[in-house]
Amino acid sequence: MREIKAELITSTLKGMVVESAYHLGEDVIGALKAGLERETSPQGREILRQLLENARIAAQGRFPLCQDTGLAVVFAELGQEVSIAGGGLDAAIHQGIREGYGEGYLRKSMCHPFTRKNTGDNTPAVIHVKVVPGDRLKLIFAAKGGGSENMSRVTMLRPSEGKAGIVDYVVGRVRESGANPCPPVIVGVGIGGSFEKAALFAKESLFRPLGDRSPDPELAELEDEILEKINDLGIGPGGFGGRVTALDVHIEMHPCHIASLPVAVNIECHSHRHGEKVL
Amino acid sequence: MSGEIILTPPLADEDVRDLEAGDRVLITGTILTARDAAHQRLARLIQQGEDLPVDIRGQIIYFVGPTPTRPGEVIGSAGPTTSYRMDPFTGLLLEKGLKGTIGKGPRSREVIESMVRHKAVYFAAVGGAAALISRRIVSSEILAYEDLGPEAIRRLTVREFPVLVVNDIRGNDLYEKGVEEYRRIHR
Repeated sequence: MREIKAELITSTLKGMVVESAYHLGEDVIGALKAGLERETSPQGREILRQLLENARIAAQGRFPLCQDTGLAVVFAELGQEVSIAGGGLDAAIHQGIREGYGEGYLRKSMCHPFTRKNTGDNTPAVIHVKVVPGDRLKLIFAAKGGGSENMSRVTMLRPSEGKAGIVDYVVGRVRESGANPCPPVIVGVGIGGSFEKAALFAKESLFRPLGDRSPDPELAELEDEILEKINDLGIGPGGFGGRVTALDVHIEMHPCHIASLPVAVNIECHSHRHGEKVL
Repeated sequence: MSGEIILTPPLADEDVRDLEAGDRVLITGTILTARDAAHQRLARLIQQGEDLPVDIRGQIIYFVGPTPTRPGEVIGSAGPTTSYRMDPFTGLLLEKGLKGTIGKGPRSREVIESMVRHKAVYFAAVGGAAALISRRIVSSEILAYEDLGPEAIRRLTVREFPVLVVNDIRGNDLYEKGVEEYRRIHR
């Protein structure tokens, strides 16, 4: 067994929380710059320039990119030969979130669903743990904005609707979302599995670098097709009209029941804040 | 209108009369902030016939929940939140004299009709440009509902705070116009 100290998990997460709030990934900056090249709407171009400028001053001043510093989502891939010393995994993760959101001057957005009373420290995080072979612990952190999460949906299509039905559903979801989720968006799609597996796949697909294509050639082609159709919707940066509505589309797929065709669409804003560390 | 327009609340009918969907406006002066929870409280007071904790006549409400203020700063990041969640409450506030709202994303048909009736406008700020936007805020004070944390009602003093007119008093909609212009139809 390899021992990993709970406090290392806490400090690692805290670092990811703070850094992702201030720094937009190079892939996102590259995609925004590429968008600026192909955007034809003057208003759309102006907004893309503002987003690039926003990223620059956020990084320089260590200032949050967006006031919605998100719901904390953590994916932990725990090697089965790892033993965690000095505390539990969940508690260590929550402590990292608590410290990161506190010390980083980030907004605490978690509240009671009925009373709306704020929990005060942005915990609890939403944690997904997968046990895998090996002696490492991989931690993926995402700060998920509420506006884009609100536009996400899961549906159960009829199997006969097939690929065309999936394309229509995903493109339709982005059309209906319009300006709400802060376009240009990143679209995560989960196909198959079950109701919850599709949703989980949709979220996980968001962590692939922008521009990356599915290793499955059929899915890679589908990613391109959906991306093109989304960018033909005309929504554009900020939703004021334009050609750059999505920066990318990522798809993950899993076999499903003969009666079902689950499809989940997880929409992410351009302020795509996440981090990954292996301990 | 063309070029950039400066607005300073409180606003009267004549200040918003000539604004058109798509106009760029710079707001200089004071604006109020409120988002989900504060709107629920304000609406409850109105429904109960009670006074509001802030005077909203002629004012603009910005839908925002900023990040905490670092020592030595005026405010944290402070970009717009999605407006449709405030749709059930905006009509009530317009009846009480509110002249404008700032957020992101389209408003409901009911809110647009109410804005036409009350001669009020809806502005958009750029979602996700929160660090940039914060530079236009020169002071911030909490006026009510401090217990709501990021959702408290604040008075912000702003200088050349940049917004776009989405809905003017004639019911035009910048989002609809923009998408119409740039979409490509398939099949």
